[in-house]
Amino acid sequence: MKILQAIKEALDSLNANKTRAFLTILGIVIGVGSVIALLSVGQGAGSAITGQIESIGTNLVYIMRGNQAEEVKNPDPLTLRDAEALGNRLRSPSIAYVSPIVQGNVEFTFSGESITSSIMGVTQDYALVQSISLESGEFITKSHVDGRSAVVVIGPDFADRLLGKHVDVVGKTIRINGYPYRIIGVTEAKGGTSFMNPDMNVYTPISTAQLRIVRHSVSDRVEYIIVQAKDSESVANAIKEANAIMRSSHRLQPRQPNDFTITNQQDFLSIAQSITGVLTVFLAGIGAISLLVGGIGIMNIMLVSVTERTQEIGLRKALGARRSDIMMQFLTESALLSLIGGVLGIIVGWLLSLLVGFIASRSGTPLEPQVGLDSILLATLFSAAVGIFFGWYPARRAAKLQPVDALRYE
Amino acid sequence: MTDKAPVIQVKGLTKVYEIGTIEVHALRGVSFDIYEGEIVAIMGPSGSGKSTLMNMIGCLDSPSGGEYYLDGELVSDLKDDDLAVVRNRKIGFVFQKYNLLPRATAQFNVELPLRYGGENGSRKEKALKALEAVGLSDRVKHKPNELSGGQQQRVAIARAIVTEPAIILADEPTGNLDSKSGEEIMNLLVSMNRIYGTTLVIVTHDAKVAHQAQRVIHLLDGLIASEELVS
Repeated sequence: MKILQAIKEALDSLNANKTRAFLTILGIVIGVGSVIALLSVGQGAGSAITGQIESIGTNLVYIMRGNQAEEVKNPDPLTLRDAEALGNRLRSPSIAYVSPIVQGNVEFTFSGESITSSIMGVTQDYALVQSISLESGEFITKSHVDGRSAVVVIGPDFADRLLGKHVDVVGKTIRINGYPYRIIGVTEAKGGTSFMNPDMNVYTPISTAQLRIVRHSVSDRVEYIIVQAKDSESVANAIKEANAIMRSSHRLQPRQPNDFTITNQQDFLSIAQSITGVLTVFLAGIGAISLLVGGIGIMNIMLVSVTERTQEIGLRKALGARRSDIMMQFLTESALLSLIGGVLGIIVGWLLSLLVGFIASRSGTPLEPQVGLDSILLATLFSAAVGIFFGWYPARRAAKLQPVDALRYE
Repeated sequence: MTDKAPVIQVKGLTKVYEIGTIEVHALRGVSFDIYEGEIVAIMGPSGSGKSTLMNMIGCLDSPSGGEYYLDGELVSDLKDDDLAVVRNRKIGFVFQKYNLLPRATAQFNVELPLRYGGENGSRKEKALKALEAVGLSDRVKHKPNELSGGQQQRVAIARAIVTEPAIILADEPTGNLDSKSGEEIMNLLVSMNRIYGTTLVIVTHDAKVAHQAQRVIHLLDGLIASEELVS
C-alpha cells in the first residue's frame, strides 16, 4: 500500500515534467536497447558460427601432422599408408570412414580466364564425410581414384568465377597448370562465409593430385586425414583407436610423444564458442557504457529536481517526513525512470536486433539475432540497479536537507 | 491560567549561528511558558530573533543552549528523525506562503501529515472533516492554483489541525493576504482555538493580528523586551 502510494506520487511528479522525464528515460532506453541488441547480435553470430562448423559434417576427427603441444623434431608426414591403417575395421571398430586429403594451390584456366585457387585431392569417401551432395554430375568414384583420372568436381561459386555459370558445365574441360581436366560434377551450394566457403572448392582424385598436381618428396604424402566416427557416442573411442593406430603406423616408442595431432569438431566448436563469447561480452560492454551515460543522466536530472523542490522537501519534513520518507520518495522516482526506460529499451533493442537480422540476411550472411530471456532479465535488473545507484546520491542529498534551510529556500 | 500545565516551556533558550567566522547570537536566553488553550503572539522587528524562536518552537531547528519542553517532553536534545515525529504529532504549521503541494488536491495536501504519521484507515475521513471545519467542503478536489489565497491558507489550516496537534504555529499567516481575507483567516484560527482548545502561537509584526492574542511577547535583539496581556 505504502509502495503503491509512493509509485503513484512519483508518477504524478514525473508527469508534471513530461519532456524532462522523456529525455531522461531516453538515455536509459538507448542504453538498455543497445545492450539487448548487441547481446542478441553476439549470440546470433555465435550460433551462426557454431552452425557452420556443424554443417561441415558431424562426428569428425581431424588428424594433422606435427604436435603443437610438445616439441617434436622432424615429424613424419601423414601418408596414404596411415589412412589405410586407420581404415582397418578390425583395429578401428569405431571408425566409419577415413578420408585422406591432399591440398595445394594451382592455376585454373578456362578459355582465357584464369584464377589461382586451392585444389583438394580426395577419395570417394570425402563426399560422405563432408555430406556433400551434387547439383549435377557425379562425385569422384573409386574407379577415378584407382585410374588416376584427370577429372574434377567443382563448387558452384568456383564455377561461376571461372566459367561464368554453374549449369551445363559438366563435361567441359578446364586446365590445371596447363593440363586438361574434365568436369564431372558440380556440388550443391552449401553457403558460407568468404573465410570458409565450401562452394569455392575443387576436388580431384587423390591419386591424380599426388601424381600430377601436388608433388611431394614422399610420394604418397597427404595434408590431413579426416576420420568419421560411427556415431556421436563413438567419437571418443574413434580418437583413442586413431591415436593407437597412428602411433604404431609411425613406429613411435612408448616414451615418444605423438608426431601428429588429433582434434575433433568439439574442439573447434569450443574455440569458436569462446571467441564469440568474448565478442558478445565486448559488445555488451559497449552497450553498458551507454547505459552508464543514461544513469548519469538520471543522477543529473534528479539533482535538478531536488534543488527545484527544496521548499517542498522542507515542507514535507516540517509535516513529519523522516529522512527515510524523503529518501524513498526520490529513489522511487529515479527507479521508476530507469525501469520505464528499461522496459522501452527491451522493446527497442528487440526491434533493433530484428533489423540487424534483416540486413544480415539481405547481405547474404545467415545471422539470426537471439533475444534471450536471460538478456531481458539482465537488462531489467541492470536498469533498475542503475536507477537506484544513480538516484541514491540525489535522494540522500534531499533527505539530509535541514527543514529550516529548505523552507527558507527561494 | 496557572492551574493548567504549560504546553510550551522554554528555559534560557539560546541560538548562535556561525556565518563564516562571525558568530551571530540570534537568541540570548529566552524563557517563557505558554499554557494550554492560550493564544500568544510573538512580535518583534526583523533581526529580533523571532523567526529563530519560531523555528525552535516548531522543532525545525535545535537550540544552542537552554531547554525546551513541548507538551511535557524535553525536545531540545532530540535528533532529526525524532524531531520529525514530534513535529508530526504535536505541531500544526501555518506558513505565510501557505506551502501547499502545487500538483496535489486540497484533500491530498491535508492528508499529507497523516501519511507521514503512518495513519492509514481514516485518512480520507479526517481530511474531509478538517476541510469542512475550515469551510472548504466544496473544494476538496481542487488544486492550489484553482483556489484563492485565502482559500489556500484555509487548506493550510485544515492541514495544521488534521493531526489534532498540541499547538498550532502560525508564521505571518496573513502576510500574503489582503486585509479582508487576512481578517477571515485570523477569525478562523481564533475559532479553531475556541472549538478545539488548541494552543495558538502566532509570529507576526502586524499589530492588528497581535491584538487578537491574549498575550503578546515582544522580542528585541534576541531577548524578551516585554510581555503584555491583551484585554
